[in-house]
Amino acid sequence: MGSDNAFAAVALPHLDAALNLARWLTGSRADAEDIVQEAMVRALTYFPSFRGGSSRAWILQIVRNTAYGALRARRGERIADYGPDEAAAIEEIPDPADDPEKSLILSDDLARIDALIEGLPVELRETLVLRELEDLPYRDIAQITSVPIGTVMSRLWRARRMLVRAAAMGDRR
Amino acid sequence: MTGSSAAPEGSGTGTGPVTAGDCGKLLLLQADLDGELDTAAAAALAEHRANCPVCRRNVSAVMAARQALRRATYHRADPGLLRAVAGRLGIAQPHPVRRTSFPWRGLTTFGAGAALAAAIILTVLPAGRPDIVAALVDDHVRALQPGHLLDVVSTNQHTVKPWFDGRLDFAPPVKDLAAGGFPLVGGRLDYLDGRSVAVLVYSHGKHVIDLFVWPASGHPRVPSRAGRDGYNVAHWQANAMSFSAVSDVDPAALRQFVSDWRQTP
Repeated sequence: MGSDNAFAAVALPHLDAALNLARWLTGSRADAEDIVQEAMVRALTYFPSFRGGSSRAWILQIVRNTAYGALRARRGERIADYGPDEAAAIEEIPDPADDPEKSLILSDDLARIDALIEGLPVELRETLVLRELEDLPYRDIAQITSVPIGTVMSRLWRARRMLVRAAAMGDRR
Repeated sequence: MTGSSAAPEGSGTGTGPVTAGDCGKLLLLQADLDGELDTAAAAALAEHRANCPVCRRNVSAVMAARQALRRATYHRADPGLLRAVAGRLGIAQPHPVRRTSFPWRGLTTFGAGAALAAAIILTVLPAGRPDIVAALVDDHVRALQPGHLLDVVSTNQHTVKPWFDGRLDFAPPVKDLAAGGFPLVGGRLDYLDGRSVAVLVYSHGKHVIDLFVWPASGHPRVPSRAGRDGYNVAHWQANAMSFSAVSDVDPAALRQFVSDWRQTP
């Protein structure tokens, strides 16, 4: 019981972060809640091997792996496994004459912003959510998503750029 | 898509291929905006940034995405999920934390049960340290009464900072955030948790943001985000100091304030 309580003190403060990540990965609150429960049970099992460091990154790494497992199982969908040349895929931002940034900043439609994020590929979406909603440093994001920091950096740039561009495209319609 | 040459994974140097959208410093610039560069690296980049039109455009792209993300939904766990998780872990059902006279010593002094309860309440009730959050909000509201807001009136950080010298047993950092839309208007001394604290007062539109600053050691744990009576509280620690920002601005604006503060050297 004592160690369970020690685990609770480490893990439970991250319950919001866990649910937020799982929800953004799956798009479903019900799925996210199942994933968080499953992840917390796994984390308790692994807890004896937790060596300190960022407990948030540790928990979120387990949540993320659990979520990917659930996504594969439920959708029969293969989660893209990006190769080493991904880091090179830094795209240009669109023609500045479009002024896409402005449309994104001025959009007051919160549902639209959520939809734009939902529309990002999952590996970009998770990187962006971890950076901007959880305020995590690159190092923690690299740990959670199991990629080198260089990949975190290029994914973040691609995510931001795609978001800006998607907002501009939406406005043109 | 451009830039197909194989940049090494994990290099993180920002020295990518030079294209119309990337002056070669793109990822370095982004790291700067994300607060990932140390002072020397940021200073080295600053010279380039100042004269690079590509960087200027990329800054606005990053900032636009960041501002949009501030309005994205943050999905929070509800008490039902907490109960379900506690049940799956075989932990006793969470119960409401009883108020104690030393609420923030719980994690270290009151043993595992209180630690669990504290962990739980920090999680599901962001305003879970009602005493300290209430004290912050009360101080803020009291200061908004006419004549109470400012002991020193100045938009100049170099005036406000020395004013605290000799009035406190610590030196609060004072930053000018006018560029981000949060001009400094002054400071005051206030009283929180039995000690004197520094309050830096910023404005944002018609709103006032009070930033409470005190030494972090041995002092109350405050939830990182909390709300009460329409006021929002954001708390963080850095360089052995505790910071609590209190305001009635919307949570997104408060987050921006916190982010600007933390990224301003």
